[in-house]
Amino acid sequence: MSVTAEAAPAAVQSRGPSALGGDLRRALSLTWMLAVTDFKLRYFGSVLGYLWTLMRPLMLFGVLYFVFTQVIKFGEGVEYYPVYLLTSIVLFTYFSETTSGGVGCLMARENLLRKMHFPRIAIPISVSLSALFNLGLNLVAVFVFAMISGVPIRLSWLQFPFLVLLLAAFAIGFAMLLSVLYVRFRDIQPIWDVVLQITFYASPILYVVSALPAQFVREMMAANPLATILTQMRHAVLDPSAPTAAETIGSDVRLLIPLGLIVLVFAFGLWLFTREAPRIAENL
Amino acid sequence: MLHPRRSRTFSELRALEDVSFDIAPGEFFGIVGRNGSGKSTLLKCLAGIYGVDAGRVDVRGRLSPFIELGVGFHPELSARDNVTINAIMLGLTRKQALERFDEIIAFAELEEFVDLKLKNYSSGMSVRLGFAVAIQVDADVLLVDEVLAVGDASFQQKCFDEFDRLKAEGRTIVFVTHGMDAVRRFCDRAMLLERGEMIDIGKPDTIASKYAEVNFGKVGDDGPSSAPGVLRARIKRTWCATADGPVPEIGDDTATVAQGDECVACMEVEFSDPVEDPVFSITFRNDVRHTIYVARSDRGGPTGAFAAGQRANVKFRFPNWLAHSVYTLTSAVLTSNGRVTLDQHVDAVTLRVETERRSGGVAELPTTIEVERS
Repeated sequence: MSVTAEAAPAAVQSRGPSALGGDLRRALSLTWMLAVTDFKLRYFGSVLGYLWTLMRPLMLFGVLYFVFTQVIKFGEGVEYYPVYLLTSIVLFTYFSETTSGGVGCLMARENLLRKMHFPRIAIPISVSLSALFNLGLNLVAVFVFAMISGVPIRLSWLQFPFLVLLLAAFAIGFAMLLSVLYVRFRDIQPIWDVVLQITFYASPILYVVSALPAQFVREMMAANPLATILTQMRHAVLDPSAPTAAETIGSDVRLLIPLGLIVLVFAFGLWLFTREAPRIAENL
Repeated sequence: MLHPRRSRTFSELRALEDVSFDIAPGEFFGIVGRNGSGKSTLLKCLAGIYGVDAGRVDVRGRLSPFIELGVGFHPELSARDNVTINAIMLGLTRKQALERFDEIIAFAELEEFVDLKLKNYSSGMSVRLGFAVAIQVDADVLLVDEVLAVGDASFQQKCFDEFDRLKAEGRTIVFVTHGMDAVRRFCDRAMLLERGEMIDIGKPDTIASKYAEVNFGKVGDDGPSSAPGVLRARIKRTWCATADGPVPEIGDDTATVAQGDECVACMEVEFSDPVEDPVFSITFRNDVRHTIYVARSDRGGPTGAFAAGQRANVKFRFPNWLAHSVYTLTSAVLTSNGRVTLDQHVDAVTLRVETERRSGGVAELPTTIEVERS
């Protein structure tokens, strides 16, 4: 077997595993395929199949709706409270699915990581992509519910995809961060479960921020980007008379705090993931 | 990382150290060694799954991305889905994967089970499926970890043929295995690792016998027996040639003989003691260590007396009707009753027999076939 000088490709130093890098087309199709497979498998073998993706937030909604409108009159005075409740539950479900899925995702794909060369970032991204499919399905249900409840369609709905994008960036940032931390510290799993529970109550899901003291809300909004996203969602989608996120936090400039937090989490997650990526396979 | 001052006790394990080698394009390269010797780690470093702490790995051309068959196979999915997933992991597009699907299934001989979930497959069946997908890879360098451990004999033969095809296409294959027969059969060169260090690199036969030494200790001394009461004789040289071909150079222990030609297996023996009627024998074993053909001089009557210091040139002439494979020749000299081995050369010569067609048997004897209608 002789190879002519022209045909022989140049020797390239193999760089070992990395978070990004390599053939982009393959990385994308790999990510997509992992997400689709994950999504397909999740409800595989259950009788109702995909319907369960919808059922879980709907069940939660049903219980909370009953408690907070019939038992404790919580939603009184809030326009389209049931729609608000359902939308925020669905959005929070996405956040919780992406981040808690992110915790164990590298562990779950150990087989791939140890046997195959591919950009490592495909794994956490595929987790959040698969959660995004769920979100998409759930939003269809939310839309139907909103129509039945008589929510008028407004031009400001166009803000909604942008809000989802912010939420996704925040969630993916955490997914990257948690996935590599979990490889080193198994304590992350229970810690994150608790953090998610706290976040659920610390975000305006069951309640709306306008019901709370202004100073407290400002601090909450600054610390919790989810609160900012949900508040803006209420203004844009359900009730134009409800305060915008900027109004609630005090000023446009102060809005940069939660936005900066999202950017920070995403950047830190990406940085840490990239730093750890070459050794993931060995540390698992 | 979170606790910069946290003290950790650990002992360092160097999985590989001072391992340096080149593999030429189109070469079939074997990596052998005992469990834990660093074979798989080395393969992972080559594949870019592990980074190297020191040193470098240079690769020319495209590398196959994974090192094991059926990576990412999911037991809950059907063969159809798994093939698509696996092919995409290999770097094929979804379209290519669907186009080649029938070919893959046909190669794996799993047409009847296409829609069966993989969890209901036998381990051999899923390995077949994995192999069938893996050979579709469009890479210049293939890395393979222990592929032939599973699979029945007929499928193994199919894999062997496929390896021959890949080899003929000029693909470079790096192959980790415990099977010395596969090393002898396919590899152009091989490397022996032991505790992360490279013990030897070179001809497959040499490496295979070194591997046996590492595993079981040195098998036997090649020199003449010096135990008291045992007659001393020494095989100076063993070679194999065609009837009218030249005697191979010393050190050249491979021979190729066309099927149907006369083959001559020779040995040169020196006697240090007078020996009465010694028995000379040759044994051919094939790539799976089955003894295919044995010839002994006592079948033809006594060989007579040899004086001390006398030499004997022994020639075994036979028509070569062996099937396509790689054989090893072991020569031996025994006492007249055949009970005591005075000296032997185990696997002294590698004999290659190459034919166009393969019957599947171990010998292809000249045969006339008559079909009569009655």
